[in-house]
Amino acid sequence: MYKNTRGAYLYLIPAILLVSVFIYIAVGLNFYYSLFRWNTYSEKVWVGLANYTRLFQDGNFWTGLKNNLLFAVISVTFQVGIALALAAVLEQKWLRRFGGFCRTVLFVPSLLSMTVVGLMWQLMLNPNMGFVNKALKAVGLGAIAIDWLGNASTAIFCVIASSQWQFVGYTMMLFIVAIQKIPDDFYEAAEIDGANAIQSFFYVTVPNVREMTLLNLTTTLIGAFKVFDEVYVMTNGGPGRASEVLGTLLFRSGFREDAMGYASAVGAVIFVITFALSIAQIRMFKIDSTGQKGGEG
Amino acid sequence: MKSHGIRLSPTTVLLRVLAVILFCIMLAGALYPMYWVAMSGFKTTTELLISPFKLPSAFSLKNYIGVWKVGISKFFLNSVFITVSSAALTAVVSAFAAFPLSRYRFKMRGFWFMFLLCGLMLAPQVSLISNYKILQALHLYDSYLGLILVYTAFRVPYTMFLMWSYFMTTPKDIEEAACIDGCSSFMIFWKMLIPMSKPIMATGILLTARYVWNDFLFSLIYTESAALKTIPYGLNSLKGESGTDWGQLLAGMTISSIPIIVLFICTQKYFVRGLTVGAVKG
Repeated sequence: MYKNTRGAYLYLIPAILLVSVFIYIAVGLNFYYSLFRWNTYSEKVWVGLANYTRLFQDGNFWTGLKNNLLFAVISVTFQVGIALALAAVLEQKWLRRFGGFCRTVLFVPSLLSMTVVGLMWQLMLNPNMGFVNKALKAVGLGAIAIDWLGNASTAIFCVIASSQWQFVGYTMMLFIVAIQKIPDDFYEAAEIDGANAIQSFFYVTVPNVREMTLLNLTTTLIGAFKVFDEVYVMTNGGPGRASEVLGTLLFRSGFREDAMGYASAVGAVIFVITFALSIAQIRMFKIDSTGQKGGEG
Repeated sequence: MKSHGIRLSPTTVLLRVLAVILFCIMLAGALYPMYWVAMSGFKTTTELLISPFKLPSAFSLKNYIGVWKVGISKFFLNSVFITVSSAALTAVVSAFAAFPLSRYRFKMRGFWFMFLLCGLMLAPQVSLISNYKILQALHLYDSYLGLILVYTAFRVPYTMFLMWSYFMTTPKDIEEAACIDGCSSFMIFWKMLIPMSKPIMATGILLTARYVWNDFLFSLIYTESAALKTIPYGLNSLKGESGTDWGQLLAGMTISSIPIIVLFICTQKYFVRGLTVGAVKG
Protein backbone atom coordinates (compact mmCIF):
# COMPACT_ATOMS: atom_id res chain seq x y z
CA MET A 1 0.00 0.00 0.00
CA TYR A 2 1.51 3.28 -1.12
CA LYS A 3 0.32 6.66 0.05
CA ASN A 4 1.48 8.83 -2.81
CA THR A 5 -1.77 10.43 -3.98
CA ARG A 6 -0.30 12.19 -6.97
CA GLY A 7 1.28 8.95 -8.13
CA ALA A 8 -2.10 7.22 -7.95
CA TYR A 9 -3.74 9.80 -10.18
CA LEU A 10 -1.07 9.48 -12.84
CA TYR A 11 -2.20 5.90 -13.35
CA LEU A 12 -5.87 6.67 -13.08
CA ILE A 13 -6.13 9.66 -15.41
CA PRO A 14 -6.49 7.89 -18.78
CA ALA A 15 -9.34 5.73 -17.50
CA ILE A 16 -11.06 8.61 -15.71
CA LEU A 17 -10.83 10.81 -18.80
CA LEU A 18 -12.22 8.22 -21.21
CA VAL A 19 -15.04 7.12 -18.93
CA SER A 20 -15.94 10.72 -18.03
CA VAL A 21 -16.14 11.95 -21.60
CA PHE A 22 -17.77 9.05 -23.40
CA ILE A 23 -19.96 7.75 -20.58
CA TYR A 24 -20.78 10.32 -17.91
CA ILE A 25 -20.69 13.52 -19.93
CA ALA A 26 -22.47 11.68 -22.73
CA VAL A 27 -25.34 10.65 -20.45
CA GLY A 28 -25.61 14.16 -19.07
CA LEU A 29 -25.66 15.62 -22.57
CA ASN A 30 -28.31 13.13 -23.62
CA PHE A 31 -30.68 14.49 -20.96
CA TYR A 32 -29.83 18.05 -21.98
CA TYR A 33 -30.39 17.29 -25.67
CA SER A 34 -33.75 15.70 -24.92
CA LEU A 35 -35.09 19.11 -23.86
CA PHE A 36 -34.62 20.66 -27.30
CA ARG A 37 -36.03 20.24 -30.74
CA TRP A 38 -33.08 19.99 -33.10
CA ASN A 39 -31.55 18.10 -35.96
CA THR A 40 -28.06 17.70 -37.35
CA TYR A 41 -27.97 21.06 -39.08
CA SER A 42 -30.47 23.21 -37.19
CA GLU A 43 -30.12 25.35 -34.08
CA LYS A 44 -31.50 23.88 -30.89
CA VAL A 45 -34.95 25.14 -29.92
CA TRP A 46 -35.87 24.79 -26.25
CA VAL A 47 -39.05 22.76 -25.88
CA GLY A 48 -38.87 21.68 -22.25
CA LEU A 49 -40.51 18.32 -21.74
CA ALA A 50 -42.38 18.35 -25.06
CA ASN A 51 -40.28 15.49 -26.44
CA TYR A 52 -41.38 13.36 -23.50
CA THR A 53 -45.06 14.18 -23.83
CA ARG A 54 -44.81 13.39 -27.53
CA LEU A 55 -43.04 10.16 -26.64
CA PHE A 56 -45.76 8.99 -24.28
CA GLN A 57 -48.40 9.67 -26.92
CA ASP A 58 -46.45 7.87 -29.63
CA GLY A 59 -47.88 4.44 -30.39
CA ASN A 60 -44.49 3.29 -31.68
CA PHE A 61 -42.95 3.99 -28.30
CA TRP A 62 -45.48 1.75 -26.58
CA THR A 63 -44.99 -0.96 -29.22
CA GLY A 64 -41.24 -0.71 -28.61
CA LEU A 65 -41.60 -0.90 -24.86
CA LYS A 66 -44.01 -3.84 -25.17
CA ASN A 67 -41.54 -5.68 -27.40
CA ASN A 68 -38.69 -5.01 -24.96
CA LEU A 69 -40.85 -6.40 -22.17
CA LEU A 70 -41.66 -9.48 -24.26
CA PHE A 71 -37.95 -9.86 -24.85
CA ALA A 72 -37.33 -9.60 -21.10
CA VAL A 73 -39.97 -12.14 -20.07
CA ILE A 74 -39.02 -14.75 -22.66
CA SER A 75 -35.29 -14.25 -22.14
CA VAL A 76 -35.60 -14.71 -18.40
CA THR A 77 -37.62 -17.88 -18.90
CA PHE A 78 -35.04 -19.39 -21.23
CA GLN A 79 -31.76 -17.92 -20.08
CA VAL A 80 -32.41 -18.16 -16.37
CA GLY A 81 -35.06 -20.83 -15.78
CA ILE A 82 -34.42 -23.33 -18.54
CA ALA A 83 -30.66 -22.71 -18.67
CA LEU A 84 -30.39 -23.57 -14.98
CA ALA A 85 -32.36 -26.78 -15.41
CA LEU A 86 -30.22 -27.78 -18.39
CA ALA A 87 -27.02 -27.01 -16.48
CA ALA A 88 -28.18 -29.16 -13.58
CA VAL A 89 -28.91 -32.09 -15.89
CA LEU A 90 -25.56 -31.76 -17.67
CA GLU A 91 -23.77 -31.78 -14.33
CA GLN A 92 -25.34 -35.10 -13.27
CA LYS A 93 -22.56 -37.62 -12.78
CA TRP A 94 -23.87 -40.16 -15.25
CA LEU A 95 -23.88 -37.53 -17.99
CA ARG A 96 -20.65 -35.71 -17.27
CA ARG A 97 -18.53 -36.91 -20.14
CA PHE A 98 -21.18 -36.11 -22.74
CA GLY A 99 -21.90 -32.92 -20.79
CA GLY A 100 -18.51 -31.37 -21.49
CA PHE A 101 -18.99 -31.73 -25.21
CA CYS A 102 -22.56 -30.53 -25.01
CA ARG A 103 -21.79 -27.35 -23.14
CA THR A 104 -18.98 -26.36 -25.51
CA VAL A 105 -21.19 -26.83 -28.56
CA LEU A 106 -24.11 -24.96 -27.01
CA PHE A 107 -21.75 -22.15 -26.02
CA VAL A 108 -20.46 -21.53 -29.55
CA PRO A 109 -23.48 -19.52 -30.80
CA SER A 110 -22.79 -16.89 -28.14
CA LEU A 111 -19.43 -16.23 -29.79
CA LEU A 112 -20.99 -15.26 -33.09
CA SER A 113 -21.93 -11.66 -33.62
CA MET A 114 -25.59 -10.77 -33.27
CA THR A 115 -25.37 -9.57 -36.86
CA VAL A 116 -24.35 -13.01 -38.08
CA VAL A 117 -27.00 -14.70 -35.97
CA GLY A 118 -29.60 -12.21 -37.18
CA LEU A 119 -28.68 -12.77 -40.82
CA MET A 120 -28.56 -16.55 -40.26
CA TRP A 121 -32.10 -16.58 -38.90
CA GLN A 122 -33.31 -14.24 -41.56
CA LEU A 123 -31.98 -16.58 -44.25
CA MET A 124 -33.27 -19.71 -42.50
CA LEU A 125 -36.75 -18.21 -42.30
CA ASN A 126 -36.66 -16.75 -45.80
CA PRO A 127 -39.65 -18.17 -47.74
CA ASN A 128 -37.60 -18.59 -50.94
CA MET A 129 -34.31 -20.04 -49.85
CA GLY A 130 -34.63 -20.80 -46.14
CA PHE A 131 -34.78 -24.38 -44.91
CA VAL A 132 -37.38 -23.85 -42.18
CA ASN A 133 -40.42 -23.59 -44.41
CA LYS A 134 -39.14 -26.35 -46.71
CA ALA A 135 -38.74 -28.59 -43.68
CA LEU A 136 -42.22 -27.74 -42.43
CA LYS A 137 -43.70 -28.60 -45.82
CA ALA A 138 -41.75 -31.83 -45.92
CA VAL A 139 -43.32 -33.00 -42.65
CA GLY A 140 -46.81 -31.95 -43.71
CA LEU A 141 -46.98 -28.66 -41.82
CA GLY A 142 -47.12 -26.58 -44.98
CA ALA A 143 -50.08 -24.66 -43.53
CA ILE A 144 -47.87 -22.85 -41.03
CA ALA A 145 -45.04 -22.24 -43.50
CA ILE A 146 -45.61 -18.50 -43.55
CA ASP A 147 -43.34 -15.55 -44.17
CA TRP A 148 -42.24 -15.47 -40.54
CA LEU A 149 -40.46 -12.13 -40.55
CA GLY A 150 -42.91 -10.47 -42.90
CA ASN A 151 -45.84 -11.13 -40.60
CA ALA A 152 -46.59 -8.50 -37.97
CA SER A 153 -47.69 -11.00 -35.35
CA THR A 154 -44.72 -13.40 -35.65
CA ALA A 155 -41.78 -11.09 -36.51
CA ILE A 156 -40.80 -10.09 -32.97
CA PHE A 157 -41.09 -13.66 -31.72
CA CYS A 158 -38.66 -14.84 -34.38
CA VAL A 159 -36.19 -12.16 -33.34
CA ILE A 160 -36.58 -13.19 -29.70
CA ALA A 161 -36.16 -16.84 -30.66
CA SER A 162 -32.88 -16.08 -32.42
CA SER A 163 -31.62 -14.39 -29.28
CA GLN A 164 -32.55 -17.42 -27.13
CA TRP A 165 -30.82 -19.71 -29.61
CA GLN A 166 -27.72 -17.60 -29.23
CA PHE A 167 -27.55 -17.13 -25.47
CA VAL A 168 -29.09 -20.12 -23.69
CA GLY A 169 -25.77 -21.97 -23.95
CA TYR A 170 -23.99 -18.96 -22.54
CA THR A 171 -25.97 -18.61 -19.32
CA MET A 172 -26.03 -22.41 -19.04
CA MET A 173 -22.22 -22.33 -19.01
CA LEU A 174 -22.31 -19.78 -16.19
CA PHE A 175 -24.68 -21.97 -14.19
CA ILE A 176 -22.45 -24.98 -14.77
CA VAL A 177 -19.47 -23.10 -13.36
CA ALA A 178 -21.56 -22.20 -10.31
CA ILE A 179 -22.83 -25.75 -9.84
CA GLN A 180 -19.30 -27.11 -10.01
CA LYS A 181 -18.45 -25.03 -6.96
CA ILE A 182 -21.06 -26.83 -4.83
CA PRO A 183 -19.28 -29.43 -2.66
CA ASP A 184 -20.18 -33.04 -3.51
CA ASP A 185 -20.97 -33.69 0.17
CA PHE A 186 -24.12 -31.60 -0.14
CA TYR A 187 -25.50 -33.95 -2.77
CA GLU A 188 -24.36 -37.03 -0.87
CA ALA A 189 -26.06 -35.75 2.28
CA ALA A 190 -29.25 -35.15 0.32
CA GLU A 191 -29.04 -38.63 -1.14
CA ILE A 192 -28.63 -40.19 2.30
CA ASP A 193 -31.69 -38.25 3.41
CA GLY A 194 -33.54 -39.95 0.57
CA ALA A 195 -33.81 -37.08 -1.87
CA ASN A 196 -34.32 -37.95 -5.52
CA ALA A 197 -32.67 -36.02 -8.36
CA ILE A 198 -35.51 -33.51 -8.61
CA GLN A 199 -35.52 -32.88 -4.87
CA SER A 200 -31.77 -32.36 -4.75
CA PHE A 201 -32.13 -29.91 -7.63
CA PHE A 202 -34.60 -27.81 -5.66
CA TYR A 203 -33.07 -28.20 -2.21
CA VAL A 204 -29.34 -28.26 -3.01
CA THR A 205 -28.64 -26.83 -6.47
CA VAL A 206 -31.07 -23.92 -6.59
CA PRO A 207 -30.19 -22.37 -3.19
CA ASN A 208 -26.47 -22.78 -3.82
CA VAL A 209 -26.45 -21.02 -7.17
CA ARG A 210 -28.55 -18.16 -5.90
CA GLU A 211 -25.85 -15.58 -6.56
CA MET A 212 -25.36 -16.70 -10.16
CA THR A 213 -29.12 -16.79 -10.67
CA LEU A 214 -29.47 -13.20 -9.55
CA LEU A 215 -26.54 -12.17 -11.71
CA ASN A 216 -27.98 -13.86 -14.78
CA LEU A 217 -31.42 -12.50 -14.01
CA THR A 218 -30.33 -8.88 -13.87
CA THR A 219 -27.88 -9.18 -16.79
CA THR A 220 -30.57 -10.78 -18.94
CA LEU A 221 -33.12 -8.13 -17.99
CA ILE A 222 -30.69 -5.32 -18.75
CA GLY A 223 -29.78 -7.03 -22.03
CA ALA A 224 -33.45 -7.19 -23.03
CA PHE A 225 -33.69 -3.39 -22.89
CA LYS A 226 -30.44 -2.94 -24.83
CA VAL A 227 -31.54 -5.02 -27.82
CA PHE A 228 -30.68 -3.45 -31.13
CA ASP A 229 -28.54 -5.45 -33.56
CA GLU A 230 -30.84 -8.46 -33.98
CA VAL A 231 -33.90 -6.36 -34.62
CA TYR A 232 -32.12 -3.95 -36.92
CA VAL A 233 -30.67 -6.78 -38.99
CA MET A 234 -33.66 -9.12 -39.11
CA THR A 235 -36.67 -6.83 -39.46
CA ASN A 236 -35.48 -3.24 -39.08
CA GLY A 237 -38.50 -2.80 -36.81
CA GLY A 238 -40.94 -4.04 -39.44
CA PRO A 239 -43.20 -5.09 -40.98
CA GLY A 240 -44.53 -1.56 -40.53
CA ARG A 241 -43.35 -0.83 -37.01
CA ALA A 242 -44.53 -4.11 -35.49
CA SER A 243 -41.19 -5.34 -34.18
CA GLU A 244 -39.79 -1.97 -33.12
CA VAL A 245 -37.83 -1.95 -29.85
CA LEU A 246 -36.61 1.13 -27.97
CA GLY A 247 -33.12 0.81 -29.46
CA THR A 248 -34.34 0.80 -33.05
CA LEU A 249 -36.85 3.58 -32.30
CA LEU A 250 -33.95 5.70 -31.04
CA PHE A 251 -31.88 4.94 -34.12
CA ARG A 252 -34.72 5.59 -36.52
CA SER A 253 -35.76 8.88 -34.88
CA GLY A 254 -32.22 10.15 -34.56
CA PHE A 255 -30.44 9.01 -37.66
CA ARG A 256 -33.22 8.42 -40.20
CA GLU A 257 -35.84 11.02 -39.32
CA ASP A 258 -33.22 13.39 -37.92
CA ALA A 259 -35.29 14.19 -34.82
CA MET A 260 -32.32 14.28 -32.45
CA GLY A 261 -34.15 15.73 -29.46
CA TYR A 262 -36.86 13.10 -29.66
CA ALA A 263 -34.27 10.33 -30.03
CA SER A 264 -32.49 11.66 -26.93
CA ALA A 265 -35.76 11.36 -25.02
CA VAL A 266 -35.96 7.69 -26.06
CA GLY A 267 -32.36 7.35 -24.86
CA ALA A 268 -33.34 8.85 -21.52
CA VAL A 269 -36.08 6.24 -21.07
CA ILE A 270 -33.65 3.41 -21.88
CA PHE A 271 -31.25 4.95 -19.39
CA VAL A 272 -33.79 5.07 -16.58
CA ILE A 273 -34.79 1.42 -17.06
CA THR A 274 -31.28 -0.03 -17.42
CA PHE A 275 -29.89 2.17 -14.69
CA ALA A 276 -32.48 1.07 -12.15
CA LEU A 277 -31.76 -2.57 -12.98
CA SER A 278 -28.00 -2.01 -12.74
CA ILE A 279 -28.27 -0.34 -9.35
CA ALA A 280 -30.25 -3.34 -8.17
CA GLN A 281 -27.51 -5.60 -9.53
CA ILE A 282 -24.65 -3.73 -7.87
CA ARG A 283 -26.50 -3.56 -4.55
CA MET A 284 -27.28 -7.25 -4.66
CA PHE A 285 -23.65 -8.12 -5.05
CA LYS A 286 -22.41 -5.56 -2.58
CA ILE A 287 -19.45 -4.67 -4.72
CA ASP A 288 -17.16 -2.23 -2.95
CA SER A 289 -13.58 -1.16 -3.22
CA THR A 290 -12.25 -2.98 -0.19
CA GLY A 291 -12.40 -6.58 -1.20
CA GLN A 292 -13.96 -9.24 -3.33
CA LYS A 293 -17.64 -9.01 -4.05
CA GLY A 294 -19.61 -10.58 -1.25
CA GLY A 295 -22.11 -13.35 -1.86
CA GLU A 296 -25.30 -12.90 0.11
CA GLY A 297 -28.18 -11.23 -1.71
CA MET B 1 -26.09 -39.41 -8.03
CA LYS B 2 -23.97 -42.47 -7.45
CA SER B 3 -25.45 -45.30 -9.40
CA HIS B 4 -22.97 -48.14 -9.40
CA GLY B 5 -24.08 -51.16 -7.50
CA ILE B 6 -27.62 -49.85 -7.28
CA ARG B 7 -30.27 -51.06 -9.69
CA LEU B 8 -31.79 -48.15 -11.57
CA SER B 9 -35.55 -47.96 -11.53
CA PRO B 10 -37.34 -48.02 -14.90
CA THR B 11 -38.48 -44.42 -14.34
CA THR B 12 -34.89 -43.27 -13.86
CA VAL B 13 -33.80 -45.07 -16.99
CA LEU B 14 -36.66 -43.53 -18.95
CA LEU B 15 -35.87 -40.04 -17.65
CA ARG B 16 -32.22 -40.46 -18.55
CA VAL B 17 -33.01 -41.61 -22.04
CA LEU B 18 -35.35 -38.64 -22.46
CA ALA B 19 -32.65 -36.26 -21.21
CA VAL B 20 -30.12 -37.63 -23.67
CA ILE B 21 -32.62 -37.35 -26.52
CA LEU B 22 -33.41 -33.77 -25.50
CA PHE B 23 -29.75 -32.82 -25.53
CA CYS B 24 -29.21 -34.49 -28.88
CA ILE B 25 -32.03 -32.41 -30.31
CA MET B 26 -30.52 -29.29 -28.78
CA LEU B 27 -27.10 -30.11 -30.19
CA ALA B 28 -28.63 -30.56 -33.61
CA GLY B 29 -30.54 -27.31 -33.19
CA ALA B 30 -27.37 -25.43 -32.27
CA LEU B 31 -25.17 -27.00 -34.92
CA TYR B 32 -27.45 -27.33 -37.91
CA PRO B 33 -27.96 -23.59 -38.66
CA MET B 34 -24.21 -22.96 -38.44
CA TYR B 35 -23.48 -25.99 -40.59
CA TRP B 36 -26.13 -24.87 -43.08
CA VAL B 37 -24.54 -21.42 -43.38
CA ALA B 38 -21.05 -22.80 -43.87
CA MET B 39 -22.22 -25.38 -46.45
CA SER B 40 -24.52 -23.01 -48.32
CA GLY B 41 -21.56 -20.71 -48.90
CA PHE B 42 -20.22 -23.35 -51.30
CA LYS B 43 -23.44 -23.59 -53.31
CA THR B 44 -24.60 -21.87 -56.45
CA THR B 45 -27.69 -19.69 -56.25
CA THR B 46 -29.84 -22.28 -58.01
CA GLU B 47 -28.75 -24.96 -55.59
CA LEU B 48 -29.52 -22.64 -52.67
CA LEU B 49 -33.06 -22.16 -53.85
CA ILE B 50 -33.83 -25.70 -54.94
CA SER B 51 -32.06 -27.97 -52.50
CA PRO B 52 -31.39 -26.29 -49.15
CA PHE B 53 -30.72 -29.62 -47.39
CA LYS B 54 -28.36 -31.26 -49.83
CA LEU B 55 -24.60 -31.00 -49.75
CA PRO B 56 -23.22 -28.69 -52.44
CA SER B 57 -22.70 -30.55 -55.75
CA ALA B 58 -19.17 -29.19 -55.92
CA PHE B 59 -17.23 -27.45 -53.17
CA SER B 60 -16.69 -24.30 -55.19
CA LEU B 61 -14.86 -21.43 -53.49
CA LYS B 62 -16.49 -19.00 -55.90
CA ASN B 63 -18.64 -17.31 -53.25
CA TYR B 64 -15.86 -17.11 -50.71
CA ILE B 65 -13.47 -15.55 -53.21
CA GLY B 66 -16.24 -13.39 -54.64
CA VAL B 67 -17.29 -11.90 -51.32
CA TRP B 68 -13.68 -11.32 -50.34
CA LYS B 69 -13.15 -9.33 -53.54
CA VAL B 70 -16.46 -7.48 -53.29
CA GLY B 71 -15.12 -5.69 -50.25
CA ILE B 72 -15.28 -7.98 -47.25
CA SER B 73 -11.46 -7.96 -47.31
CA LYS B 74 -11.47 -4.24 -46.50
CA PHE B 75 -14.08 -4.64 -43.72
CA PHE B 76 -12.20 -7.63 -42.39
CA LEU B 77 -8.91 -5.74 -42.17
CA ASN B 78 -10.67 -2.77 -40.55
CA SER B 79 -12.17 -5.13 -37.99
CA VAL B 80 -8.78 -6.68 -37.28
CA PHE B 81 -7.15 -3.29 -36.86
CA ILE B 82 -9.88 -1.78 -34.69
CA THR B 83 -10.26 -4.94 -32.59
CA VAL B 84 -6.54 -5.29 -31.89
CA SER B 85 -6.06 -1.59 -31.11
CA SER B 86 -9.11 -1.35 -28.85
CA ALA B 87 -8.25 -4.54 -26.98
CA ALA B 88 -4.67 -3.43 -26.42
CA LEU B 89 -5.61 0.09 -25.38
CA THR B 90 -8.35 -1.20 -23.06
CA ALA B 91 -5.92 -3.60 -21.40
CA VAL B 92 -3.31 -0.87 -20.81
CA VAL B 93 -5.74 1.76 -19.55
CA SER B 94 -7.57 -0.73 -17.31
CA ALA B 95 -4.40 -2.19 -15.82
CA PHE B 96 -3.13 1.32 -15.12
CA ALA B 97 -6.37 2.14 -13.33
CA ALA B 98 -6.61 -1.13 -11.42
CA PHE B 99 -3.07 -0.74 -10.07
CA PRO B 100 -3.56 2.28 -7.78
CA LEU B 101 -7.08 1.13 -6.90
CA SER B 102 -5.63 -2.09 -5.49
CA ARG B 103 -2.27 -0.83 -4.19
CA TYR B 104 -2.50 2.81 -3.13
CA ARG B 105 -4.17 4.25 -0.11
CA PHE B 106 -5.67 7.63 -0.86
CA LYS B 107 -8.76 9.54 0.08
CA MET B 108 -10.83 9.26 -3.06
CA ARG B 109 -10.03 5.64 -3.81
CA GLY B 110 -13.50 4.32 -3.09
CA PHE B 111 -15.06 7.10 -5.10
CA TRP B 112 -12.96 6.56 -8.22
CA PHE B 113 -13.45 2.82 -8.01
CA MET B 114 -17.22 3.20 -8.02
CA PHE B 115 -16.96 5.97 -10.63
CA LEU B 116 -15.20 3.66 -13.09
CA LEU B 117 -17.23 0.58 -12.19
CA CYS B 118 -20.58 2.33 -12.58
CA GLY B 119 -19.66 3.04 -16.19
CA LEU B 120 -20.82 -0.55 -16.64
CA MET B 121 -24.39 0.47 -15.98
CA LEU B 122 -24.80 2.50 -19.11
CA ALA B 123 -26.52 0.98 -22.10
CA PRO B 124 -24.46 2.07 -25.12
CA GLN B 125 -27.61 3.34 -26.86
CA VAL B 126 -28.16 6.01 -24.25
CA SER B 127 -25.03 7.86 -25.27
CA LEU B 128 -25.44 7.28 -28.99
CA ILE B 129 -26.48 10.78 -29.93
CA SER B 130 -24.26 12.60 -27.43
CA ASN B 131 -21.19 10.63 -28.43
CA TYR B 132 -21.97 11.29 -32.07
CA LYS B 133 -21.88 15.01 -31.26
CA ILE B 134 -18.88 14.70 -28.91
CA LEU B 135 -16.86 12.90 -31.56
CA GLN B 136 -17.79 15.57 -34.10
CA ALA B 137 -16.71 18.30 -31.68
CA LEU B 138 -13.39 16.53 -31.08
CA HIS B 139 -12.92 16.08 -34.84
CA LEU B 140 -12.83 12.33 -34.26
CA TYR B 141 -16.10 11.46 -35.99
CA ASP B 142 -15.57 9.05 -38.87
CA SER B 143 -12.04 8.09 -37.83
CA TYR B 144 -10.35 4.95 -36.55
CA LEU B 145 -9.19 6.77 -33.43
CA GLY B 146 -12.67 7.98 -32.50
CA LEU B 147 -14.14 4.51 -32.78
CA ILE B 148 -11.27 2.96 -30.82
CA LEU B 149 -11.60 5.52 -28.02
CA VAL B 150 -15.34 4.90 -27.66
CA TYR B 151 -14.85 1.12 -27.58
CA THR B 152 -12.11 1.56 -24.98
CA ALA B 153 -14.24 3.83 -22.82
CA PHE B 154 -17.07 1.30 -22.81
CA ARG B 155 -14.78 -1.67 -22.05
CA VAL B 156 -12.62 -0.05 -19.35
CA PRO B 157 -15.15 -0.39 -16.48
CA TYR B 158 -15.49 -4.15 -16.82
CA THR B 159 -11.84 -4.83 -17.67
CA MET B 160 -10.67 -2.64 -14.78
CA PHE B 161 -12.92 -4.63 -12.44
CA LEU B 162 -11.58 -7.90 -13.79
CA MET B 163 -7.96 -6.86 -13.26
CA TRP B 164 -8.63 -5.21 -9.93
CA SER B 165 -10.18 -8.36 -8.50
CA TYR B 166 -7.11 -10.30 -9.67
CA PHE B 167 -4.61 -7.74 -8.35
CA MET B 168 -6.37 -7.90 -4.96
CA THR B 169 -5.50 -11.58 -4.69
CA THR B 170 -1.85 -11.49 -5.81
CA PRO B 171 0.66 -11.47 -2.93
CA LYS B 172 1.91 -8.04 -1.94
CA ASP B 173 4.94 -9.19 0.12
CA ILE B 174 7.28 -9.48 -2.85
CA GLU B 175 6.31 -6.05 -4.05
CA GLU B 176 6.84 -4.61 -0.60
CA ALA B 177 10.28 -6.20 -0.42
CA ALA B 178 11.14 -4.68 -3.76
CA CYS B 179 9.81 -1.36 -2.60
CA ILE B 180 12.24 -1.29 0.33
CA ASP B 181 15.06 -1.88 -2.11
CA GLY B 182 14.10 1.37 -3.79
CA CYS B 183 12.10 0.18 -6.75
CA SER B 184 9.78 2.76 -8.35
CA SER B 185 6.06 2.10 -8.41
CA PHE B 186 6.12 1.82 -12.18
CA MET B 187 8.87 -0.80 -12.02
CA ILE B 188 6.80 -2.80 -9.56
CA PHE B 189 3.76 -2.49 -11.77
CA TRP B 190 5.56 -3.32 -14.99
CA LYS B 191 8.16 -5.85 -13.87
CA MET B 192 6.23 -7.69 -11.16
CA LEU B 193 2.49 -7.17 -11.18
CA ILE B 194 1.90 -7.42 -14.93
CA PRO B 195 3.97 -10.59 -15.42
CA MET B 196 2.15 -12.17 -12.48
CA SER B 197 -1.20 -11.21 -13.98
CA LYS B 198 -0.76 -12.57 -17.50
CA PRO B 199 -3.82 -14.87 -17.32
CA ILE B 200 -6.19 -12.07 -16.40
CA MET B 201 -4.64 -9.78 -19.01
CA ALA B 202 -5.35 -12.49 -21.58
CA THR B 203 -8.94 -12.76 -20.36
CA GLY B 204 -9.46 -9.01 -20.51
CA ILE B 205 -8.02 -8.79 -24.01
CA LEU B 206 -10.09 -11.72 -25.29
CA LEU B 207 -13.39 -10.43 -23.94
CA THR B 208 -12.77 -6.98 -25.38
CA ALA B 209 -11.76 -8.52 -28.70
CA ARG B 210 -14.97 -10.52 -28.85
CA TYR B 211 -17.04 -7.45 -28.05
CA VAL B 212 -15.38 -5.19 -30.62
CA TRP B 213 -15.23 -7.83 -33.36
CA ASN B 214 -18.94 -8.48 -33.02
CA ASP B 215 -20.19 -4.95 -32.43
CA PHE B 216 -22.40 -3.40 -35.05
CA LEU B 217 -23.93 -0.32 -33.46
CA PHE B 218 -20.84 1.85 -32.93
CA SER B 219 -19.48 1.17 -36.39
CA LEU B 220 -22.89 2.03 -37.81
CA ILE B 221 -23.11 5.39 -36.03
CA TYR B 222 -19.62 6.71 -35.39
CA THR B 223 -18.17 6.18 -38.84
CA GLU B 224 -19.59 7.30 -42.13
CA SER B 225 -17.17 6.34 -44.90
CA ALA B 226 -17.37 2.78 -46.14
CA ALA B 227 -13.57 2.67 -45.93
CA LEU B 228 -13.75 2.65 -42.10
CA LYS B 229 -16.60 0.21 -41.52
CA THR B 230 -16.15 -3.09 -39.71
CA ILE B 231 -17.32 -6.51 -40.75
CA PRO B 232 -20.81 -6.69 -39.14
CA TYR B 233 -21.71 -3.52 -41.03
CA GLY B 234 -20.15 -4.91 -44.18
CA LEU B 235 -22.22 -8.09 -43.95
CA ASN B 236 -25.46 -6.26 -43.43
CA SER B 237 -24.72 -4.01 -46.39
CA LEU B 238 -24.35 -7.07 -48.64
CA LYS B 239 -28.08 -7.49 -48.16
CA GLY B 240 -29.05 -5.15 -50.95
CA GLU B 241 -32.38 -3.45 -51.50
CA SER B 242 -32.75 -5.12 -54.85
CA GLY B 243 -31.25 -8.53 -55.25
CA THR B 244 -28.81 -10.03 -52.80
CA ASP B 245 -26.13 -12.50 -53.78
CA TRP B 246 -27.16 -15.02 -51.12
CA GLY B 247 -24.20 -17.30 -51.69
CA GLN B 248 -21.75 -14.48 -51.15
CA LEU B 249 -23.59 -13.28 -48.06
CA LEU B 250 -23.48 -16.78 -46.55
CA ALA B 251 -19.78 -17.06 -47.38
CA GLY B 252 -19.14 -13.67 -45.78
CA MET B 253 -20.93 -14.74 -42.59
CA THR B 254 -18.69 -17.77 -42.34
CA ILE B 255 -15.53 -15.74 -42.96
CA SER B 256 -16.47 -13.25 -40.27
CA SER B 257 -17.20 -15.94 -37.68
CA ILE B 258 -14.12 -18.09 -38.13
CA PRO B 259 -11.56 -15.85 -36.35
CA ILE B 260 -13.57 -15.56 -33.14
CA ILE B 261 -14.41 -19.28 -32.99
CA VAL B 262 -10.78 -20.25 -33.59
CA LEU B 263 -9.72 -17.77 -30.93
CA PHE B 264 -12.19 -19.31 -28.49
CA ILE B 265 -11.07 -22.86 -29.16
CA CYS B 266 -7.42 -21.89 -28.63
CA THR B 267 -8.02 -19.91 -25.45
CA GLN B 268 -11.08 -21.54 -23.92
CA LYS B 269 -9.88 -21.42 -20.32
CA TYR B 270 -9.26 -17.66 -20.39
CA PHE B 271 -12.70 -17.02 -21.84
CA VAL B 272 -14.42 -19.08 -19.18
CA ARG B 273 -12.40 -17.44 -16.41
CA GLY B 274 -13.66 -14.05 -17.52
CA LEU B 275 -17.22 -15.28 -17.52
CA THR B 276 -17.02 -16.37 -13.92
CA VAL B 277 -15.53 -13.18 -12.48
CA GLY B 278 -18.77 -11.36 -13.05
CA ALA B 279 -20.62 -12.14 -16.16
CA VAL B 280 -21.38 -9.34 -18.50
CA LYS B 281 -22.77 -10.09 -21.87
CA GLY B 282 -20.92 -8.37 -24.68
